[in-house]
Amino acid sequence: MIAIIDYGAGNVASVKNALDFLKVKSIITDDPKKILLADKVLFPGVGSFGDTMKSLREKRLIPAIKKTIETNKPFLGICLGLQVLFEESEESPGIEGLGIFKGKVKRFKKKLKVPQIGWNSIVLEKQDGTVQGLNNKFFYFVHSYYVVPQDKSIILTTTDYGGIFVSGISKENIYAFQFHPEKSGDDGLEILKRFARC
Amino acid sequence: MLAFRIIPCMDVDAGRVVKGTRFVNIKDAGDPVELAREYYVQGADELVFLDITASHEKRNILIEVVRKVAKQIFIPFTVGGGIRATEDMRAILKAGADKVSINTAAVKKPELITEGAMKFGSQCIVIAIDAKRNKNSWDVYINGGRTKTEKDAVEWAIEAERLGAGEILLTSMDTDGTKDGFDIELTKTISEKIGIPVIASGGAGTLEHFLDAGKKGKADAALAAGIFHYQKYAVRDIKKYLAERGVCVRE
Repeated sequence: MIAIIDYGAGNVASVKNALDFLKVKSIITDDPKKILLADKVLFPGVGSFGDTMKSLREKRLIPAIKKTIETNKPFLGICLGLQVLFEESEESPGIEGLGIFKGKVKRFKKKLKVPQIGWNSIVLEKQDGTVQGLNNKFFYFVHSYYVVPQDKSIILTTTDYGGIFVSGISKENIYAFQFHPEKSGDDGLEILKRFARC
Repeated sequence: MLAFRIIPCMDVDAGRVVKGTRFVNIKDAGDPVELAREYYVQGADELVFLDITASHEKRNILIEVVRKVAKQIFIPFTVGGGIRATEDMRAILKAGADKVSINTAAVKKPELITEGAMKFGSQCIVIAIDAKRNKNSWDVYINGGRTKTEKDAVEWAIEAERLGAGEILLTSMDTDGTKDGFDIELTKTISEKIGIPVIASGGAGTLEHFLDAGKKGKADAALAAGIFHYQKYAVRDIKKYLAERGVCVRE
């Protein structure tokens, strides 16, 4: 059973639809107990960094997310679910992120259209089962900010948008992507399927 | 690099796709879910559903369609037509649409753009502009192209961005339905003046038209209906053509 964290703003229905389509069992929940009991945790996000952290705090979800990651339970963050794993974001100065990984979240320079909306390709920076064979495949992005991890070893995929940025990270059972696998056609579904099996 | 998007559009009336289709492999060409699935398989990057249901009582049928599409189609899709308030937006987004497209209501009540962007995020708010040439500029039309407004299309696009729009769906009423190609001048003029994506619409008839929309018109995406419905080309034919000419597309 995968617990999909519902903190009030995320696009949880899309993720649930994709998992249902793949016949993977999941529940949408904001209950920390259910999150701790699940085999895997999926954390989709939309909205702003600050609002997300505020909702997570109000719903007392932070300890459950940290525990999930500390115990190395399979975890998948999507979009803002990637960004809040870091320490801080230019989007919401002064707001602390989950700080699971060192580094910050930066805004795209206004050289290209911001937000980046559309399909962009990923380059695999290391080998991992979840993304194997998906080098140069296209995924759907909607964002104005990107993560800059201090520990380069966690970089799983990168993408070019007026410069190379980190579009996916992984460390043991922790995965997080800037793009939306639930909206990225069959290649996106493939990532969700592999996560469900990992 | 960001890919140029190809977006099939379907007109939906009381839950059925109208302007018939000739897909031989589709059992029920009027079923939006089945047609959406076909476009998904062909490699469409996004889908747009335009609700043209006149009867207010039948509008709830649309929500059911959105819900069904969301369960089977895993690419972004936009729903437009008759959206007048943030409550309409909420219902459509909650049913599973990724974006809403607003036309007439945004012209009448521009603050609706800001309200929608604040509540749901700019990325959800597509402003549809129907533009028609008037000497050296373009006028904005509303009510499905029936009513001319005082707005200038270029100015309106700039204002819509400022108010919080995430994308502009730009239809040229002069080229729409002609199959003679997108209005390149209109598309280029607006695309170069704003910092949000522009979807060119109206006039697609050949493969070259899509190339022109991106290369000459500087559009980020191209939307078409008839060319796909009547199976003149599949989405993948267009993408293959574009890729061979150096355009970045998702193949």
